[in-house]
Amino acid sequence: MFDALSERLRRTLGSLTGRGRISEADVETAMREVRLALLEADVNFKVVKDFTARVRERAIGADVLESLNAGQQVVKIVNEELTTLLSGGDRTLHLAGNPAVIALVGLQGSGKTTTAAKLARHIVKIGRRPLLVAADPYRPAAIEQLVTLGASLDLPVFAAPAGTPVPEIGRLGIAYARHEVRDTVILDTAGRLTVDEVLMAEVTELMHAVRPVETLLVIDAMVGQEAVSVAQAFAAAVPLTGLVLTKIDGDARGGAALSISAVTGLPVKFLGTGEKTDALEPFHPDRLAGRILGMGDVLTLIERAQDAFDTTQAEKAAAKIQSGSFTLEDMLDQLQQVKKMGPLGQVMEMIPGLGGMARQAQESVDRGDLGRTEAIIRSMTSGERRDPTILNGSRRRRIATGSGASIVEVNRLVKQFAEMQKLMKQLRGGRRLPGVFGR
Amino acid sequence: MFWRRRPTEPDQPADEGRVSDAAIEAQLEAELAETEDARTTAQAGGETPRPTDGQLDTGRQALQAELPATGGGPADGDLVAGVARSRGGFVARLKGLLGRGDPDAATWEEVEETLIAGDVGAALALEVVERARRRRDGAGPVAAVRSELTALLVDREAGWVPHRAGPGSPAIILVVGVNGTGKTTTIGKLAFRYRAEGQTVLLAAGDTFRAAAIEQLRAWGERAGAPIVAHAPGADPAAVVYDAVDAAVARRMDVLIVDTAGRLHTKSNLMDELAKMRRVIDRRLPGAAPEVLFVLDATTGQNGLAQARAFHESTGLTGIILTKLDSTAKGGIVFAIERALGVPVCFVGVGEKVGDLLPFDPTAFVGALFG
Repeated sequence: MFDALSERLRRTLGSLTGRGRISEADVETAMREVRLALLEADVNFKVVKDFTARVRERAIGADVLESLNAGQQVVKIVNEELTTLLSGGDRTLHLAGNPAVIALVGLQGSGKTTTAAKLARHIVKIGRRPLLVAADPYRPAAIEQLVTLGASLDLPVFAAPAGTPVPEIGRLGIAYARHEVRDTVILDTAGRLTVDEVLMAEVTELMHAVRPVETLLVIDAMVGQEAVSVAQAFAAAVPLTGLVLTKIDGDARGGAALSISAVTGLPVKFLGTGEKTDALEPFHPDRLAGRILGMGDVLTLIERAQDAFDTTQAEKAAAKIQSGSFTLEDMLDQLQQVKKMGPLGQVMEMIPGLGGMARQAQESVDRGDLGRTEAIIRSMTSGERRDPTILNGSRRRRIATGSGASIVEVNRLVKQFAEMQKLMKQLRGGRRLPGVFGR
Repeated sequence: MFWRRRPTEPDQPADEGRVSDAAIEAQLEAELAETEDARTTAQAGGETPRPTDGQLDTGRQALQAELPATGGGPADGDLVAGVARSRGGFVARLKGLLGRGDPDAATWEEVEETLIAGDVGAALALEVVERARRRRDGAGPVAAVRSELTALLVDREAGWVPHRAGPGSPAIILVVGVNGTGKTTTIGKLAFRYRAEGQTVLLAAGDTFRAAAIEQLRAWGERAGAPIVAHAPGADPAAVVYDAVDAAVARRMDVLIVDTAGRLHTKSNLMDELAKMRRVIDRRLPGAAPEVLFVLDATTGQNGLAQARAFHESTGLTGIILTKLDSTAKGGIVFAIERALGVPVCFVGVGEKVGDLLPFDPTAFVGALFG
């Protein structure tokens, strides 16, 4: 499937190390790969054209840094340009006005209602008192959805009686917020197609009525080439101030955000990273640039690891590896830690160069390998966990019965652990790990 | 991080909506409250009675009033109109260029860009153009591109009909897809379609996760005159399917349509949950061979292929419904999906009204993308 751009460039330009400058012909080769990678990531084809032209200009005749080869140098330039594009605009969430009004607009199914709840939670966290206003009278049960989400957050939701014109819902919502002393209004609007003139006129009128300080376009990370025209149409109808990119927890590369930022100059303000109401993250341009390039998202990985890992425990484990006293007991601890970090495939996807292994790893999780390993270790006595060499045939039989695994599986684990210990000894000896993460 | 759903006891009583008349269209909000009451009653007192034939007839008349006179759905010309609404002068100009004999390289490049702009994908667009360029059948470059695009689609029979194991057993349709593609709305439209044909339809509220998803499906059920089997929010969706299949058989329903929660295809636990729902159907009604319809948003880009693959792996897709084709998007990712998986698009959604679900017409679709 999708090959990381860095990987492709390494393949096509990798042999060029040692030269001082990147030649024009090299750049052409590289630009073909860059174009393909960006298009695969759903970056708009016109944006891709402009972008590759700019990168070409910078790359031709550029000095190849000593530490990099030509391919890496091009990746570096591409990455910098992407980051610059994504860094445009003002990413702060403005909350002027009493109440401060934040309006969410977008296509059907982009995730406006869920984002409204997530934003409300974020607003509470920064010490404010939000009111959710349901301004989608069209989709069946849209109001119920917001009411349910509001209740789960213990926040008030304003819904007007059926038949109230949409701009009036906005006005009533603001009046209600003042009356209830809520300092922030989050306005959830109906999803609409940009070709629907009636509904586009309606949202214009609604914005006139409520004068939001922030009008955010909610856009699905999986959207393709149409992202730009959608954003332009909304920008023409309402005063957009930024984007919320949703469903980024899937494997879509999110090129849509780049296209929109490049064409409209609108900044991405938030990312929707899951279905729960706490899954809203501030946007980091460099990280999305890396994702679009398929270079992995090391920073997010590190953050997530920091959240999940018990540092003292990790240090203990590291010390044990160093001293060679790493036991099955410690391995069990590590398994628990890995589980806390989230789906293994997702974790590995974030590590540069490991994207391809991610699927394999996820498959092993899907097969229940981790769970089985855990069960086998748990069926051992603490003596056996400390020293697996005492595991004779009858002990292994007992463990297999106790864990519901086969003796073959028990044998495999014991063998794997023995090999792991051998590797750790080599590590201690300062030798390189032979090809553990290599290709 | 691993689990987001907490399965609850699966033995809550299933409750049903009731058939109602067209007035509900206008008074939906008020009806929702009433439905809630009906549900409470149903949960307290067991099952509400099966709708009588008289009630079904009333519902059917209301439906026919709403559907276009053709009965079987609007003419395919509507698809072209729906998609063409968004077309600019770009393709028209390009057609002018292509019409003048042997196009030059720059023109072919524009053809490629048009396909890419329609989400066909860069690699596939290049392939189509290369093949079209080599074609020497005298039909001209526009026809060559169209033929190459059509050749990517799988063969299909006109007029998709869901499979039924036998005369006494219901056709079962499992509707799957990522979040926000329009599954529940599509189910509403499907229910209308089959009700308008005079069939009895049962809906299963298999999305027990998203807030108010059950209410949304119930509202559609009320409109279409299709009873619904639902458990409490947070219940095991497989248990809902279990009850729904039994209910569909017991009540001799013609069609059972199962709603499912939207899920990103990368979340393996949720994909497993879906596979389990599929297994429950196979076990409760061996040989039922349910239709598994993948709902794809036409605005989706290249990620659509990864989605379809993952859903195909976990549930075995038998068809695709391409929604929101009335937007400016062309849905070009369908070519890559059909070619890779051999699963045909059977319907397209072209609007928010109940009649806005049309049978897929490959010629019209290709024509709307490049024509």
